[in-house]
Amino acid sequence: MLSVKGLKAEVDEKEILKGLDLDVGAGEVHAIMGPNGSGKSTLAHVLSGREGYEVTGGSVSFEGKDLLDLDPEERACLGLFLAFQYPVELPGVNNTYFLKAALNAKRKYHGEEELDAVSFMRLMKERLKVLHLDDSLLKRPVNVGFSGGEKKRNEIFQMALLEPKLAILDETDSGLDIDALRVVANGVNALRGPERSMIVVTHYQRLLDYIEPDYVHVLAKGRIIRSGGKELALELEEKGYGWIVDEAAA
Amino acid sequence: MSATPDDVLTGEANTAAQTSSKAAEAEAEYGHLVKSEYEHGFVTDIESDTLPPGLDESVIATISQRKGEPRWMLDWRLAAYRKWLDMPTPKWAAVHYPPIDYQSISYFSAPKKQELESLDEVDPALLETYEKLGIPIEEQKALAGVAVDAVFDSVSVATTFREKLSEAGVIFCAISEAVQEYPELVQKYLGTVVPPTDNYYTGLNSAVFTDGTFVYVPKNTRCPMELSTYFRINEAKTGQFERTLIVADEGSYVSYLEGCTAPQRDENQLHAAVVELIALENAEIKYSTVQNWYPGDEEGRGGIYNFVTKRGDCRGDNSKISWTQVETGSAITWKYPSCILRGDNSVGEFYSVAVTKGKQQADTGTKMIHLGKNTRSTIVSKGISAQQGIQSYRGLVRIAGKAEGARNHTQCDSLLIGDKCAANTFPYIEVKNPSAQMEHEATTSKISDDQLFYCRSRGLTEEDAVSMIVNGFCKEVFNELPMEFAVEAQKLLSISLEGAVG
Repeated sequence: MLSVKGLKAEVDEKEILKGLDLDVGAGEVHAIMGPNGSGKSTLAHVLSGREGYEVTGGSVSFEGKDLLDLDPEERACLGLFLAFQYPVELPGVNNTYFLKAALNAKRKYHGEEELDAVSFMRLMKERLKVLHLDDSLLKRPVNVGFSGGEKKRNEIFQMALLEPKLAILDETDSGLDIDALRVVANGVNALRGPERSMIVVTHYQRLLDYIEPDYVHVLAKGRIIRSGGKELALELEEKGYGWIVDEAAA
Repeated sequence: MSATPDDVLTGEANTAAQTSSKAAEAEAEYGHLVKSEYEHGFVTDIESDTLPPGLDESVIATISQRKGEPRWMLDWRLAAYRKWLDMPTPKWAAVHYPPIDYQSISYFSAPKKQELESLDEVDPALLETYEKLGIPIEEQKALAGVAVDAVFDSVSVATTFREKLSEAGVIFCAISEAVQEYPELVQKYLGTVVPPTDNYYTGLNSAVFTDGTFVYVPKNTRCPMELSTYFRINEAKTGQFERTLIVADEGSYVSYLEGCTAPQRDENQLHAAVVELIALENAEIKYSTVQNWYPGDEEGRGGIYNFVTKRGDCRGDNSKISWTQVETGSAITWKYPSCILRGDNSVGEFYSVAVTKGKQQADTGTKMIHLGKNTRSTIVSKGISAQQGIQSYRGLVRIAGKAEGARNHTQCDSLLIGDKCAANTFPYIEVKNPSAQMEHEATTSKISDDQLFYCRSRGLTEEDAVSMIVNGFCKEVFNELPMEFAVEAQKLLSISLEGAVG
């Protein structure tokens, strides 16, 4: 599915990722944890193709394609999805319209017929039901005036509609109270499947109580310094990051 | 020319040949002309009956004579012309262009074939032109009850739905026809909102206007359909001087749509139209414009100069005039659709989207003149600048001393795309009555990289993302347009901004 080898990336000529390796197989959920400034969000952005990040070494292959060679929209159409830490407001752009445009862009890319309004509404209702969400957000402009919880819910809903092969959740738990966290995590769990891989980027173990990962990786100073099962997250919760970082440095 | 007006009127004026054998040639030539950069920049090869360039009293007399006008109309034109000669060109707008040589312009151009009974008699090349514009008249006839008075260059060549309108008593015709058939109405209202001496371009227009539209909606009548006119400038070097006069009598309602495109040309084409709206007691006029004239090439060469005076007079109590405009074309736009709120409780509205890119310049806005008691006005202006586009919003809200309880809300938003464009806002507010309530909001924003990346990460291309964000920005204005026009406007906006990012 995804294979990252020796990935190096800079922001403003400062090296953030310093040779990162990561392999994600189909249907796997990987948690990436790490202290502030370790490069977690940079990884999420480099994978999704954001401008301003310069890749200086290594390779990323996604389903056999050279991911770094593709525009963000091509990556999205191929099945990569980034759930934003801070979803962006689009004033005046109706949420339903935005979702329909996104879905149809993807369908068009794959040579499929675009969905008309009626079929789209049907699909949308069906997905809302799966996620136990109501449609109150869909009539509003994209993310405008949404609460933190609403914005994250909206990201998960987009993911449900776009059905990515690989979803990257960038600090999806940040700014959420425990109820909102539960709603979002339930949504994510409902979307887990053998064909859908996920990379869950998070500070805290808390989210992983709800979204149980298959693998946990510790990212520090631009490298993955330790990988393990979900028990690694519990250990981190107990001891903090310091000891692993020290061990890795030793 | 030395001929006096009388000589021209009595003499042999129309010497243009009436040949029509070039139709086949036109067909053959047509194909390659379509392959043009500007989507609507093709040229239809229809023979035109064109006056040689230049302007003096005999030219005006010739125009009047060819239009078969009564004497009073010629006198009105000549009076306007004589005053125009002494008028200065306005210099206050934030637009720059070389001086215009008014003697190099031809003031009359009419398609040869006239007085058509039905669409079947219309030159097929002309109909094809409309089809390229996406507005086939045949389809229009069937669609949504929109009557079309199609103006091709200066003379109306196709008019539909006349019967249905006349059943309702609504007059919808070319202004030149109205001069002949409804002289009492034209004489009563023409020039009463925009006098010939209003400004330089209204003076010129009053002297030489060749066509345009006249609408009269009788008392207590709701016009049974949206009225629509498509303008198209097609003759090289022909300035187009449209004159539109819309009168809504007491208790009536009319919605009028105006949309325009123009073919590509190398020389600047002057357009100085005048639109006058008159709403009597309890009447409402809704006037919507989608303008897509040729903006010039990347260096700004060859675009249309659009110097238009549009003004509505809420003459009666409880009347309402609403302007909605989507302006994407022209090299230079100089345009301030305005409302005079004379009647008590009258309402004026101005909703505008203006786009400037490349070397386009626009100085546009509105004037709301509150004279009556409890008059209300709303201004929503959305300006979008991309590339090296320069745009200024210039608005005046004046509350006269007797306008007790007047209210205005103004909102001016500018959106910048890239870092070489500019947006200015010049709001003028004059309040002479202490009971007035005034609100003014203005914002300037840029399309952020965050917004673009967010859209792209959902699979949308950069262009689609820009178009979506811009359309969102303009939504309040598009909501005011009639449905089919709103769709057209959105499409136009997307086409206009193609390639404007990056």
